[in-house]
Amino acid sequence: MKPLLALARADIVMYLSNRRALLVTLAAPILIAAFFGSVLGGPPKNPTRVPLAIVDLDSSAIAKSIVGAMKADASFAIQEVAEPEAINLVRTGKVRAAVVISPGFGDAAARALFQPNVKKPEILVHYDPSQAIALAIVKGLLTEQVMKAVSSAAFSRETGSPVFAGMRVDVENNDKLDEVQRRDLLALFDSIDRVQTSSATTDATTKGGATPGFSMPFATRELEVTSGVDRKYNGYAHAFAGMGVQFILFMGIDLGIGVLLMRRQGIWKRLRAAPVSRALLLGSRIVSGTVIAVILFAGIYAAAIAFFGVRIEGSYLGFLGVALAFALLTATFGLLIAAVGRTPEATRGIAIVVTLLLVMLGGAWVPTFVFPEWLQTATKVVPTRWAIDGLEAMTWRGLGFEAALAPIGVMLAFSAVFAWIAVKRFDWDE
Amino acid sequence: MLQATDLWKSYAGKPAVAGVSFTAARGEILGLLGPNGAGKSTTVSMLCGLFRPDRGTVTLDGEPIGDNANGVKRRIGLVTQEISLHEELSAIANLRLFGALYGVEGGLLDECCAEALDLVGLTDRAKSKPATFSGGMKRRLNIACALVHDPDVLILDEPTVGVDPQSRNAIFDNLEELRSRGKTLVYTTHYMEEVERLCDRIVIIDHGKVIAADTAEGLQRLLPPTSTRRIEIEGVVDEEVLAWLAGRGLAIRDGPSGPSLENVFLHLTGRQLRD
Repeated sequence: MKPLLALARADIVMYLSNRRALLVTLAAPILIAAFFGSVLGGPPKNPTRVPLAIVDLDSSAIAKSIVGAMKADASFAIQEVAEPEAINLVRTGKVRAAVVISPGFGDAAARALFQPNVKKPEILVHYDPSQAIALAIVKGLLTEQVMKAVSSAAFSRETGSPVFAGMRVDVENNDKLDEVQRRDLLALFDSIDRVQTSSATTDATTKGGATPGFSMPFATRELEVTSGVDRKYNGYAHAFAGMGVQFILFMGIDLGIGVLLMRRQGIWKRLRAAPVSRALLLGSRIVSGTVIAVILFAGIYAAAIAFFGVRIEGSYLGFLGVALAFALLTATFGLLIAAVGRTPEATRGIAIVVTLLLVMLGGAWVPTFVFPEWLQTATKVVPTRWAIDGLEAMTWRGLGFEAALAPIGVMLAFSAVFAWIAVKRFDWDE
Repeated sequence: MLQATDLWKSYAGKPAVAGVSFTAARGEILGLLGPNGAGKSTTVSMLCGLFRPDRGTVTLDGEPIGDNANGVKRRIGLVTQEISLHEELSAIANLRLFGALYGVEGGLLDECCAEALDLVGLTDRAKSKPATFSGGMKRRLNIACALVHDPDVLILDEPTVGVDPQSRNAIFDNLEELRSRGKTLVYTTHYMEEVERLCDRIVIIDHGKVIAADTAEGLQRLLPPTSTRRIEIEGVVDEEVLAWLAGRGLAIRDGPSGPSLENVFLHLTGRQLRD
């Protein structure tokens, strides 16, 4: 036991004695997590408005109503400009999309509302392909505002009567309609006419009556599901989990490269000449790697808790278990690098690429839900995902110890596999 | 007594060592000589238990040396050709680490570290890191790390590469001191003058086999004597004597005899270590 502790202690002292490297290993994840946390944090107090250009080539009452409604919508920052300028704004990235309301839109849209077979008027949406996610938002909110404006106009006496008068003539002269359909449609127009007349009278007498029309049949109320009723989501919790995992894995690379350098310097030969077993030599690397990883974890989360409001809302024991399991995973990952690597220089490059892939697929940079479905499923075999999921479960999600069991189990299993491969592949010849 | 008996070791079917046998007695410095690729390093690795021989045995006082932890390995110290030190640890921390690996603990470890540092003249630099040492100091600390557990056998693989004459001289003094304490030393080198100065016996290895083993004088006798004899004359040379010898038909190469260039260098620069 004493030789193992002596070796592990020497490793830890050596790692911690390099103050500059230690500072970088601690400061880098904290700074990057602070950046990502602030950028991708929880619901902002002042929601970001989607910059949008709008072009009204119709100038009808309906088109003006749509433009007015969109300008009033807090989700958009609207610029009403000419079409060429609107497209240029999209091209230069100053707005996410440009909405162009075509000439004749208002009249055609009201007709299309009740006649599904007629050609529908178009609203052109020029969008920035690098911001494609904004397109869905624009289309959704546009649908809401257009439906409101068109249906309201259709039921208004002032704007709706000419529309229905035209449609009445179309129905009366349409030979393809049978008498029953013709009678029912004309009765519908009569009913709408009565509604329009009644609405106009109400407007004149009360000046407060709402114009009949379609409106959203529901309202949404958003409720954050966090660790508690009075708890807010802290975006730093995700960022610190991701960056912590990434930079601690980098430390694992250093440990692996350290063994390769020890080989080159003859230190490994001398260690092997000592009366200690191979298991002890490799085991000491696992012990020292685990301890160093825990120290780094403690440093990174101490900063997260002290300065960025990250809290362990879930099980403390679960958090400790996840941290220890990941520390062990890091140590065995380092050993694996030492076992499969040949030269320190070549191995470092490959190991960094592999680590970056692991952390990217694990959701350290962006949450895994933005991945395609198949990739989200595939990342379940990536150990870093379990580490990040486990840390998030124990921090802002506020889950109990049972939620830490799966991440701990998976990471321990990966550690065992890494260690097994390392032992099998380790080159004991000098 | 360290005994290697019929050692064989192959790499990819090609024999690196093919039937090497020799012994090194207590209180003896055994030189292991051979050109590059002769099989010296492989032999040294088997002596230390780093490699298991394909065939043959290495024993220390009759006990075989395995490739894993056992009591025999505790009695052996290895000085590698490379400077095998942790640059981030102080000199004393390096010694403590290697001492601990050999099972030396507590107060005894402190004593052993102090003694090893004293032997190699680095007591006053105990807390300094090797990164701040000269090449010679690192070599001496490298030797101290192999001595800290007070081994009976010390195996040195070219321990003087790249050191200045002062440090090399100091290292030789250290090794001679260890021999006087009854330690067994196996010393591999390319430098003949080192072997001549230090080694009691010499084993020459080539192509994985022992091709000669004897004292330096014994090895020199392997070559046939030449017709030229070298006569050293002490004192002032009488010109009449030289003329008489020449008159007898002998060729005289006259010139002042002197010390070796290394002796001149040491005389001029002193024997004091330059750390």
